[in-house]
Amino acid sequence: MTTPQQTLERSAEARAHDDEAALARTNAVGFSTIVIRELNRIIRIWGQTIVPPAITATLYFVIFGSLIGRRIGDMGGYTYIQYIAPGLIMMSVITNSYGNVVSSFFGAKFGKHIEELLVSPLPSWLIVTGYMVGGVMRGLIVGAVVTTITLIFTHLHVHNILVVMTAVLLSSIVFALAGMINAVFAKNFDQISFIPTFVLTPLTYLGGVFYTIKLLPQWAQGVSHANPILYMVNAFRYGFLGVSDVDIRVAYTMMIGAAVVLFTACVWLLKRGVGTRE
Amino acid sequence: MKALSFHQLTKTYKNGVQALKGIDLTVDEGDFFALLGPNGAGKTTAIGIVTSLVNKTGGKVEVFGHDIDRELAVAKSCIGLVPQEINFNQFETVSTILVNQAGFYGIPRKVAHDRLEKYLGALQLWEKRNAVSRTLSGGMKRRLMIARALMHEPRLLILDEPTAGVDIEVRRTMWTFMRDINAAGTTIILTTHYLEEAESLCRHVAIIDKGRIIENDRMSRVLRKLQTEVFVFNLRNPIPAAPVLPGYHVTLPDDHTLEIEVSKEQNLNDIFSRLTAAGIDVLSMRNKTNRLEELFMRLVEQQPAARPKAAS
Repeated sequence: MTTPQQTLERSAEARAHDDEAALARTNAVGFSTIVIRELNRIIRIWGQTIVPPAITATLYFVIFGSLIGRRIGDMGGYTYIQYIAPGLIMMSVITNSYGNVVSSFFGAKFGKHIEELLVSPLPSWLIVTGYMVGGVMRGLIVGAVVTTITLIFTHLHVHNILVVMTAVLLSSIVFALAGMINAVFAKNFDQISFIPTFVLTPLTYLGGVFYTIKLLPQWAQGVSHANPILYMVNAFRYGFLGVSDVDIRVAYTMMIGAAVVLFTACVWLLKRGVGTRE
Repeated sequence: MKALSFHQLTKTYKNGVQALKGIDLTVDEGDFFALLGPNGAGKTTAIGIVTSLVNKTGGKVEVFGHDIDRELAVAKSCIGLVPQEINFNQFETVSTILVNQAGFYGIPRKVAHDRLEKYLGALQLWEKRNAVSRTLSGGMKRRLMIARALMHEPRLLILDEPTAGVDIEVRRTMWTFMRDINAAGTTIILTTHYLEEAESLCRHVAIIDKGRIIENDRMSRVLRKLQTEVFVFNLRNPIPAAPVLPGYHVTLPDDHTLEIEVSKEQNLNDIFSRLTAAGIDVLSMRNKTNRLEELFMRLVEQQPAARPKAAS
């Protein structure tokens, strides 16, 4: 025999269970909605998202690979064009993952349609994950396009496909999340181009895309080790060529650590409403 | 059941402006509730807290019994918001905006497409379903925001100045639509600067000023508090001076118009008798101002003069 109190408690428990199930369904549909919206955005503005990196990569291969590269000779046991190919692919993945989230999230903030998500029942971690996946998608699409262009110019040796896939995925995640942090703090369009121009581009160019750091003097090699992009480019290059300037275990620790720290920071910032709520 | 309740709700912005100073307010389920106040009174701040666009400083908010501090997601899923400012993606089509919005509330795309047809049809936007949203007129954008807020069929619809800048024809269409939505069971909270709109639509009214509730009652009871009204009489023939009607304050703005202030104890029959006796022919008569507007102005003017900087 159940008492009215027990019945009430049970129905409250059942209600809570129903609420949880409904929220889980909401999260699943909400997540796919964000991802589809981001994918549609990438496709809708393909002239800004996919074509420019393809043209830039082609120019790099023509100039540094075919024209100048022939005179440089071998590097790390490979022709110069083969040596820079993984770095160029990684460079386009990094800049596009970052650029997608920073422009999409800041655009939503600027146009105020970020409020559509903020007033919805979707949790902060899911919104961050949605934008992050959007950035990763653009990074990988552009990466695939640049890889295809690479194959026009040279043969790509693959040493370890698992390392190739995980290194590109982790790097893309890290820079998509970094782009989100930039967008959260940005108050105008200047501030979303400041970091890519003055921080990201120099770090990428000095991150071993075009050379092995073994060519640098000792002190410059030491400084290069403070550059996170060096680890990403070298882990990726190791996957293709089996050569790296850094220990890839250190590279993976850096990438996973950065991804965890940045994800936590993004969720915290969104939950606190930094840059998005009053 | 209470659709919404505030208990000692406070908000102090970083710049020190106290937008809400301990508000207590409840809105019953199924009600059509007007939340009125001058600019900067705290209306939008209060709505922002309910919808989690603004972080509260203190107090408690419950939406259908769900505390926003403990069950925020469930509380949010009960609310549909039509904000004051246009805030949809201006590069997306009408359909995309609505389907995405439904998705953020867990509505599958197929269901969303059915609802899209229903609400765009009801708000006379169906023909524009494939139009890019920035190409819509101001009135259409307002209606699109209402359709968007309804895509997850919320139990509580919050309309923050939904008819601002909309022509009277569209506004009346929107009023009919809001009445229908409310009659179907949706609780509605409306903020507006068109007090005629609030008087016509709402059953309860709260007036907020300088972060405090200064009036909160049934609309009919609130309006009864109005002690005097000014009536405007349009005359058939011009008159050189205002007639003397003992007990009434009479003014003559122009030679064809009389304005007479009438208190609750006086009656219009008496005025008509006296005007007829004075040989004055009345063509038509109307209230000088909307009754709620009159009361609103008096209540707000009674408050101490210091006004905080606009924060909401």
